[in-house]
Amino acid sequence: MNEKAFGLIYTGESNNQLRDITYSRSIAAVPFGGRYRCIDFILSNLVNTGVTNVGVIAQRNYHSLMDHLGSGKEWDLHRKRDGLFILPPFLTRDNTGLYRGTVDAIRSVMGYVRRSAQRYVILTGSHTIYNCTYDAMLKSHIESGADVTIMYSEEKDWGDAVRYDDLRLTLGEGGRITDLEIDPYRPKTPYRCCDAYIMEKSMLEYLIEDAAVHAYTDFMRDVLVRNVSKLKLNGYRYDGYVARLDSVPSYFKHNMDLFNEAVRADLFNADHPIYTKVKDEAPTRYGADAKVKNSLLADGCIVEGSVENCILFRGVHVGQGTSLKNCIVMQASEIRENCALDYVILDKGVQVRPGRHLAGYEGFPVTIRKGALV
Amino acid sequence: MPMVTKKMVAMLLAGGQGTRLGVLTDRTAKPAVPFGGKYRIIDFPLSNCVNSDIDTVGVLTQYSPLELNAYLGNGSAWDLDRNSGGVYVLPPYVSGSRGKWYSGTANAIYQNLAFLRQYSPKYVLILSGDHIYKMNYAAMLRCHIEKQADATIAVLQVPMEEAHRFGIMQTDDAGMITAFWEKPKNPVSNNASMGIYIFSFDVLEKYLTEDEKNDSSSHDFGKDIIPKLLSDGKRLAAYGFNGYWKDVGTVKSLWEANMDLIDNPSALDLNDSEWRIYSRSPIMPAHYIGADAHAENSIVSEGCEIYGCIERSVLFTGVRVGRNAVIENSVVMPGARIGEGAVIRKAILGENACVAPGAQIGIEPDGTNAYDTTLTGDITLVASGARIAECAMIPAGMVVSK
Repeated sequence: MNEKAFGLIYTGESNNQLRDITYSRSIAAVPFGGRYRCIDFILSNLVNTGVTNVGVIAQRNYHSLMDHLGSGKEWDLHRKRDGLFILPPFLTRDNTGLYRGTVDAIRSVMGYVRRSAQRYVILTGSHTIYNCTYDAMLKSHIESGADVTIMYSEEKDWGDAVRYDDLRLTLGEGGRITDLEIDPYRPKTPYRCCDAYIMEKSMLEYLIEDAAVHAYTDFMRDVLVRNVSKLKLNGYRYDGYVARLDSVPSYFKHNMDLFNEAVRADLFNADHPIYTKVKDEAPTRYGADAKVKNSLLADGCIVEGSVENCILFRGVHVGQGTSLKNCIVMQASEIRENCALDYVILDKGVQVRPGRHLAGYEGFPVTIRKGALV
Repeated sequence: MPMVTKKMVAMLLAGGQGTRLGVLTDRTAKPAVPFGGKYRIIDFPLSNCVNSDIDTVGVLTQYSPLELNAYLGNGSAWDLDRNSGGVYVLPPYVSGSRGKWYSGTANAIYQNLAFLRQYSPKYVLILSGDHIYKMNYAAMLRCHIEKQADATIAVLQVPMEEAHRFGIMQTDDAGMITAFWEKPKNPVSNNASMGIYIFSFDVLEKYLTEDEKNDSSSHDFGKDIIPKLLSDGKRLAAYGFNGYWKDVGTVKSLWEANMDLIDNPSALDLNDSEWRIYSRSPIMPAHYIGADAHAENSIVSEGCEIYGCIERSVLFTGVRVGRNAVIENSVVMPGARIGEGAVIRKAILGENACVAPGAQIGIEPDGTNAYDTTLTGDITLVASGARIAECAMIPAGMVVSK
């Protein structure tokens, strides 16, 4: 149990690289892995650490996010003491309700931060997915005496991927961060920030106020990068599987990674379950002519056609004679008879009429917007 | 403390031992037996209650209640965690110097009259925890009120040759019951009681209290209470039901009811969003079907990892099927592990059963060693937590205990 820290999750990331997937929702609410939303992983990590006080800073299209989180019951965060706090934007004389960046956003929820009784804060974004508790990181933070500890992972092959909030750490002795770069054209190091920071609450209060009085707006850019020599910033290395959903191809790739047994064992570690909203769907039913290979399916699907290398979310129908290859199909979409889909991402509630053919490429999957009729 | 008055309170009789389910109910009450990939039998009456706007349910337990208690929890899985009402587990208890086990269905309700009185209900719904069906009890209550009945019994037409296993009744043109026989040798009709009753509470209270004083009574609704109401000239209505209904009290009927979900999914539509069947969901990821696996005509739940071949089978949550394993016509309960190359035909595997690689279950018996198949017929039964050794050969109809 860890009653020393509270969690603060920022969900206001704006990322056009996810195209239609974030058209109607914030990144935190993006569906992932058949039955989850991005934020389920961070929330479950916090809960599995024993954190019982979590604030979620909402900003963009947060209706979908609030609907998903509800009272926090599914994460055991429906509590008398502490629990889950959804913190949407609001208007006052000195708050425009529109955050210009993370500093603004955190500053507007200072009331919540001040009321939180815990000494440490675990601050995270919402688009990085991994399964780990923060116990070891917190221990490392306390022992090192750092001002801020930043979780990072080693990214072995970063190719020419689109960069989004790609914070690179240059590490010196004892894990001390000597340099930080954002979205570098040629990264100096393979050490990439996992969007999770631990510091004392009082340090967060100081850093945010200090940034605000200088009219700075971005936590990463203005607080961390600017202060790399003034603050004692330490890195905490995480060696498990990390999925950063920073573009459609990376979203696609990380979903497809789940066909690897080792990745599933890491991300869905039975000792640290990932909690999500329960939907009470019936189990999935395969028809007499169903063919299914190398696929991940949630409950509530009815499969009468063939499915290969696909992720099917809850309640998807695949009609007779239809072939799905390399597809991600979100909740309650229906693909009628005799269709052929290859490298397609169907958002929630999409209807594909009989006989339709759609194809994308691995590096450019076709994305179909929520509720569309094809 | 004054309680909010409830129009109708449901009492679910979940004390049955379920001896005809053999090793499946060794440590579990029958209502907690898994069914249909992710449910337990009790999910059906509980979900029917919630979907019929009944928010107060007493669950009467007596036999091995631990698993059932843990499963029900505070009722939140069925939306039955309420400020007033909700789900209550009602075991037998001692009060003053008195107190005894439930000695019959009527006695079980009698012992809990105090629970019912808290809500001053006008009507009480009596249910049993061993049937699979979807039914709107609100519609049944409307029938009860319209016919100004003292009691209403849900009625189903069963095949004539099965009628002797049920309470059988005769009705007049107005749908009122004129005669009732509990498990008659020579049934005169096939109108069978489903064991679902609505009583006006004042009538129920009076008859249960009188029945309790009668030492020659077996304190059973079908054998004692209903015949007494009829002979006293009380108004008994029949409420006709024609949907899917299955008693899953035997190994064969439990297996058949699971197969019905595959062979005729529309008979009991579990995907109906208007009438969801709620259950306590384990926290598991989506299920995975491997690159060399095959799945057809089957039901698969979350948390499964399937690398082998499954055909006409129901796989519950968290089942793992190894490479080249074959599962046919079988029901595999939560957490079971099937090793590589194992073959399983027409079997029910209990929770967390473990089948080592190469084992064969349900092979043709060679007649060398005799074993009892009265409970199982040709269905092989593997108990919860049982382990089948590598390359073991288990003939059809055998029971493997833990």
